[in-house]
Amino acid sequence: MSIGSSVSRVDAVAKVTGTATYAVDVSAPGTLHAHVVRSSRAHARILDIDTSSALASPGVVAVITSDDLAGLFPRFGHIVADHPILAIDRVRYYGEPVALVVGETIHAAADGGDLVDIRYEDLPMVIEPHEALAEGAPLLHEEDYTLGDASFEEAHSVRDPSNLAHEADLEWGDVDAAFETAHLVVETTTDYPMLYAYAMEPYNAVASYDEGVLEVVSTAQHPFQVREDLARIFHLPLNRVRVRSPLLGGGYGSKSYTKVEPLAAVGAWFTGRPVKVALDVEGAIHTTRADSATVRCRSAFAEDGTILAREFDIVFNSGAYADNGPLVLTKAVMRCMGPYRIPNLRVHGRAVYTNTVPSSSYRGFGAPQGNLAGETNIDRAAEMLGIDAADIRRRNLVAPGERHLPGRRGMDADLLADLDIVVRELGWGNEVAPDHGVGFGCSASDAGAFPVSTATVRLFADGSAIVLSGSTEMGQGSRTALAQIAATELGIDHDRVRVIQSDTSATPYERTTGASRTTTLTGLAVQRACREVLSKLEDMGAEALDVSVEEVKTAEGSVVGPAGSLAFDQVVQTWFGGRMGEVTGVGIVRRSGELQELPPFWEVGMVGVELSVDRDTGRVTVEHLVTVGDVGHAINPAMVEGQDLGAATQGLGASLGEALVYDGAQLVNPNIVEYRVPRISDTPKRISTVIAERGDGVGPYGAKGGGEGSLNPIGGAVASAIARITGTWPTRLPLTPERVWEMLNPE
Amino acid sequence: MTRIDTRINGANVTRDVEARVTLAEFVRNELGLTGTKLSCELEVCGACTVVVDGNPVSACTSLAVDVDGREVLTIEGLADGDELHPIQRAFIDHFAMQCGFCTPGFILMAKTLLDDNPEPTEEDVVHHMEGNICRCTGYRPIIDAVIDAADRMRAPR
Repeated sequence: MSIGSSVSRVDAVAKVTGTATYAVDVSAPGTLHAHVVRSSRAHARILDIDTSSALASPGVVAVITSDDLAGLFPRFGHIVADHPILAIDRVRYYGEPVALVVGETIHAAADGGDLVDIRYEDLPMVIEPHEALAEGAPLLHEEDYTLGDASFEEAHSVRDPSNLAHEADLEWGDVDAAFETAHLVVETTTDYPMLYAYAMEPYNAVASYDEGVLEVVSTAQHPFQVREDLARIFHLPLNRVRVRSPLLGGGYGSKSYTKVEPLAAVGAWFTGRPVKVALDVEGAIHTTRADSATVRCRSAFAEDGTILAREFDIVFNSGAYADNGPLVLTKAVMRCMGPYRIPNLRVHGRAVYTNTVPSSSYRGFGAPQGNLAGETNIDRAAEMLGIDAADIRRRNLVAPGERHLPGRRGMDADLLADLDIVVRELGWGNEVAPDHGVGFGCSASDAGAFPVSTATVRLFADGSAIVLSGSTEMGQGSRTALAQIAATELGIDHDRVRVIQSDTSATPYERTTGASRTTTLTGLAVQRACREVLSKLEDMGAEALDVSVEEVKTAEGSVVGPAGSLAFDQVVQTWFGGRMGEVTGVGIVRRSGELQELPPFWEVGMVGVELSVDRDTGRVTVEHLVTVGDVGHAINPAMVEGQDLGAATQGLGASLGEALVYDGAQLVNPNIVEYRVPRISDTPKRISTVIAERGDGVGPYGAKGGGEGSLNPIGGAVASAIARITGTWPTRLPLTPERVWEMLNPE
Repeated sequence: MTRIDTRINGANVTRDVEARVTLAEFVRNELGLTGTKLSCELEVCGACTVVVDGNPVSACTSLAVDVDGREVLTIEGLADGDELHPIQRAFIDHFAMQCGFCTPGFILMAKTLLDDNPEPTEEDVVHHMEGNICRCTGYRPIIDAVIDAADRMRAPR
């Protein structure tokens, strides 16, 4: 039985020997290389672009600007198609692509790039949301980009010209009345930093355009979504756009949706040769980042700690183009309140266009921003009410099956049991060492995204099988987990199963690889495809054994009849009359049956930390990290723990060190020297990654997703632990040594 | 163009290279050894680590001309045919990689540690690996893998 055991990753040998192929490793003979010329202004009108010197530079084949894209749809964007492939008349952020220089080598292209002469006329810029929302602020977008595409159900267009990229609201009960009569009202305002996911393989794509077929190999998490954008740009039917995603060098959401693929594609379309665009880290930071947020949370409590009402106001700095920002905001609105019983709730969220790098998805997807405010708010309330921080949560957490959001799936997790694991592992309630502090927190994310997945399983005449899936392997281990699911279903050894992924012309449709959905939803599709294979094998086996189909069943790789059995390879060979043929099964997942109710599952985050602070320097050490992987059923326990530790580590990065910083028009730290992600020396001294398996997910064997949950409540847990050491409640992350020292040494 | 004579993964290599071509570009683009990865390109992430004359080197900021007359080991040269190096085996067994983009650099950096110090403490491992970034694993499995690899390398075959 493959399920539930920590079998080695199927891609491990390739990854330790250097033979694993990533998009950046893909090259074809005759490929040209492109350099992106980026805006040196935050907001400006483009007066003139002189490409003559660049074109005369040795090895330069073409210089492409938006003027060269006549006949194409010149923008992309899956929610709002507001994002020009190359700036059209105007630039809206420092670092925006303005021209593409295509050369025989990357050096030739870069040399040419230095010679592109762009004249600008500066426009007033807005960097912070409050500037963008101020009366009389310069507008970033005045056009109506509406596609008439209703696929984003929660989007509502902003009718009056404004810098609002998106607004989202959620309300029930009588909030104002509850606040008026409450025993205690606590207000908390927090700032969550602007983050860069730092997938170590920067965005890249190589494209070719031959005989009306566009082929792209890229770092896309969602190749099927990129296909839509490319088909619109080139007015092509979907069957003439092929997007492939090989192994990704990290994703974490940051490679969701279209990024550099249109640049490579227009390069190939313009030159008639394959064109590769491979960004460096600075270019990647100037492509997308995560939303920074200011979140105000007010909560009303009864004397015993019962939550009577909560109100959240969320403002995201979403950058110059919408990208996935509207959906991230919507998710923030759905996730900020926490998995609590809240009789009266009001949430107002605004995603604001500013002259900064466009924001998009990043692991947690709107949850960490709101959770920081919401959870530190509850901890402050506990302190003011004299109630234990675990008890106040126990009083308010929803029970299994209880709905904390009306109209959404009831809670498919035992949150009280998960909380008990965290406080037990942390030794909460015991005395802590001097300058040590403990914090913990909870979150629940409406995960799984929209449930559309398809998978194909092919069982060959030798009894081996291939799984075809459009879900992308970006490190999370889906190639291994899907092989384990197929092996278990088919009753064959998992190394007799190969998983082929993410090729829009060869693998079946997958909506996205995100929202922790693959094991649950793609896993279900694979399971259903396997069951179709088995059903066909029963028919074929019954015929071969000359019995009725009711008399046979499949078991451990064979069709078993009343008087004999045939192994699957023998079934296929007997039925086709030789060593040939194959059996194909298709599995489809859509919003129906058990998946009618959204979300497909709630992704639980339940974490705790014990921190210590060096009073002389303000430096924080993570003494103990606790995560609970509430995944229903762990298909591969070691990979579940790996996801939880990885997610929590990224959360610790955001809590203690990471922040992109704007100083005027420009980012001051668009590199990995000055944007400091966790290093090996930051590893928590003690780590407890606990898995809670209660079979309560809708996925295969009761599984549900993980991988983001353990990031979401880390910020609040860290902030509360620091508050318990310093006596001051932090209002913003990251808690750098300087900030912690200032909290320890108030003026 | 400058002629260089070097040994890469045990094989003699003679090529004419442009002076500005980095060692990473050389092994990836000229030799097709794409296991060497580029990420930060500022010598802080360690993804491009190769071993030159026994020392770890960031190939992103070294020039190809600088390995003239030197011996270079890339990740492709570490295993003995199909027989994985004990460090590679340990990385697999400890799930010390997820996306794997940093893995070649970590493994070669670990090799330079264990070649000098066959019995490292956890502190030794952390100190030696401070110049390698992994964004996926949270590092704990990597530390465990390197300590375990040291044990395996000391054990009689």
